[in-house]
Amino acid sequence: MKWIPTALVLAAAALLPLLGGDFYVNLASQILVAVLMAASLNLLVGYAGLTSLGQAAFLGVAAYTCAWTGVKLGVSPVVAAGLACLMTLAVSALFGAIALRASGLGFLMITLAMSQVVWGLAYRLVAISNGDNGISGIVRPSPLGLSLDSPGAFYWFTLLVVVLALWFIAILVRSSFGATLAGTRDQPQRMAALGHNVWLIRFAAFMISGFLAGIAGLLFVWYNKYIHPSALSMTASAEALLAVIAGGSGTLAGPVVGAAVVVLLKNYASAYVERWNMMLGFVFLLIVLFLPEGIVPGVKRLLGRGR
Amino acid sequence: MQISRRTLLQGTAGLAVAAPASVRAADGEPIRIGLLTVKTGPLASGGIDMEVGMAMYLKERNNMLAGRPVQLIVADTGGVPATARVKTQELVEKNNVHVLVGPLAAFEALAIDDYITEKQIPTLSVAAAEDMTQRHPNKWFVRATSTSAQCAHPMGEYCAKVLGYKKMITIADDIAFGQEMTAGFQRVFEDNGGKIVQKLFPPLTAPDYGTYVAQVKSDADAIFLGFAGSNGFRFLRQFNEYGLMDKVKPIGGMTALDEAVLRNMGDEALGIITTCWYSAALDNPQNKHFAPAFRAQTGYDPGFYAAGTYTNAEILDVALQSIGGKAEDKVALMAALRATKTDTVRGPVRFDDLGNVVGNVYIRKVERIDGRLMNAIIKTYPDVSQFWTYPPKEFLANPVYSRDFPPAKNL
Repeated sequence: MKWIPTALVLAAAALLPLLGGDFYVNLASQILVAVLMAASLNLLVGYAGLTSLGQAAFLGVAAYTCAWTGVKLGVSPVVAAGLACLMTLAVSALFGAIALRASGLGFLMITLAMSQVVWGLAYRLVAISNGDNGISGIVRPSPLGLSLDSPGAFYWFTLLVVVLALWFIAILVRSSFGATLAGTRDQPQRMAALGHNVWLIRFAAFMISGFLAGIAGLLFVWYNKYIHPSALSMTASAEALLAVIAGGSGTLAGPVVGAAVVVLLKNYASAYVERWNMMLGFVFLLIVLFLPEGIVPGVKRLLGRGR
Repeated sequence: MQISRRTLLQGTAGLAVAAPASVRAADGEPIRIGLLTVKTGPLASGGIDMEVGMAMYLKERNNMLAGRPVQLIVADTGGVPATARVKTQELVEKNNVHVLVGPLAAFEALAIDDYITEKQIPTLSVAAAEDMTQRHPNKWFVRATSTSAQCAHPMGEYCAKVLGYKKMITIADDIAFGQEMTAGFQRVFEDNGGKIVQKLFPPLTAPDYGTYVAQVKSDADAIFLGFAGSNGFRFLRQFNEYGLMDKVKPIGGMTALDEAVLRNMGDEALGIITTCWYSAALDNPQNKHFAPAFRAQTGYDPGFYAAGTYTNAEILDVALQSIGGKAEDKVALMAALRATKTDTVRGPVRFDDLGNVVGNVYIRKVERIDGRLMNAIIKTYPDVSQFWTYPPKEFLANPVYSRDFPPAKNL
């Protein structure tokens, strides 16, 4: 009966457009994009033990590839999405090959440096990216001839994609691959001694993580219909990491909760609180002090103690 | 409809008599104005001035425009395009605003470009992005301030013809605004016989201008500063420390020596010539009221953002009056906005077919007036359009101003 809470959450999520106004539906779409972003990063941070500060680079590569091919080369949204996926995979492979020479702090610094390179290119390669003006005029795809222009339709589409992605992650981390990945996180030397190729396992996880972030990038650019270098800045990467850590890394529900908290604080609470940046910091401080393992595991622990 | 505590405070503070909300509602549905501004991050000083300017105008009219009460809802975009879009959606979908004022930055305006078209929301912005009223015009957009280059064009002519400069350098923040402004300056300056011998583009967040100051070719007559925010001030201070002020004269674009930064400067700013569509020292009835009132409230002179937003409020007021306050009729309101011809704090304004302002551009010189630095007017270019003296068709056939257009032949 463990599936009942999940089913209830899904049913509630699916019914949202029928109940809420456009604003809340759009807010929920943004939360879903942030959830996918955080979940992709969680694969690295939580399951592979590799803390990356460059996840927004993959979102950016996918978003810019989709925008550039769609707007400037005029290909259809579906083809643009395909090209964006290929491009993200290529960039993930390149970044993974470089960054996985290190682990721990070294890995974090290399991912940060490489994402800054991508961010710098988005600013400077004006011929492709339009620089600071960004690329606008992006068209949403219409799968099976259904238009995604209304907030509700886009939300349902996003929900479907994100749920499939989360399902995929859930299967992945419970598979034998997930077990070996957790092994490389906890005991890399023993895993190597047992004959596992630690580097290759990590590289595969990095590629999958980058690819999922790329999917989040596609949803992001279709949602906004506009892309600007700020979307792949360090702040964006840090926000995703914050969502993972706040929600609880290494759990399936953690990034979902964490991303929802970050987006709601940033985009919703900011309308009511003048110094919302300060409030954001304060909330995270409280999480670190009282739920250091993250919201999801922390709340579970507190509930368990109460019994 | 949800009303935030902050909105409510602003609404009631605006009323001379603090009437309870229920009494105001009886006057009829208010006109809801959404102000997209920046209150956190590096652009916040200008954004806060926007809010002060807007709130001041409404307060002076007891929160009534065209006989209807007004509700102002302020949203902070943080200067981030994606957040600007979120906040716009919030204002439109949750607060049901009739009209938007703002946003501040060009990339924010571009980020909401398609959305305001889709939702048909009349938008009065101070963002300078050239193509919003040129090659990709948005029919729901009016701009009462200027494009990036609109004030730089007359300055190009002034430098070549009046000041007699032959060789000049341009330096600007490496963002679209800086690139477009210096490109416009270069075009007119070179068309009047001058030569741009060097173009420098430091990053927007350059911590130190030493490496750029050291590159400046000291045999040039003058250097045109296309900086925004506090960067012009920071550059000038280093430029002065290097002892270059007397060799290469600094000339300012429309935001380089804005009133907002001038108040932090000393005698090194005296005599610097800049160009803008406004100055706190302007002598017209509207500004004679506005500038001292703003100063009394904040303790400093109004600059680009405060005056720009106040001008937008004046134009919105006139347009609303001409349609009897029916802000719900968006098509009529938009037509009325574009047809507006009125006298504002910046002087007389009207709009061209693309929704951009045709108005005065002032050449100003920093002087000490009443013990403080002010931009005194030394020449007025009347009724300047975004195309300067070029035929619009020919102007629009060219690519948009950038680092590479017009090409620099004299580097």
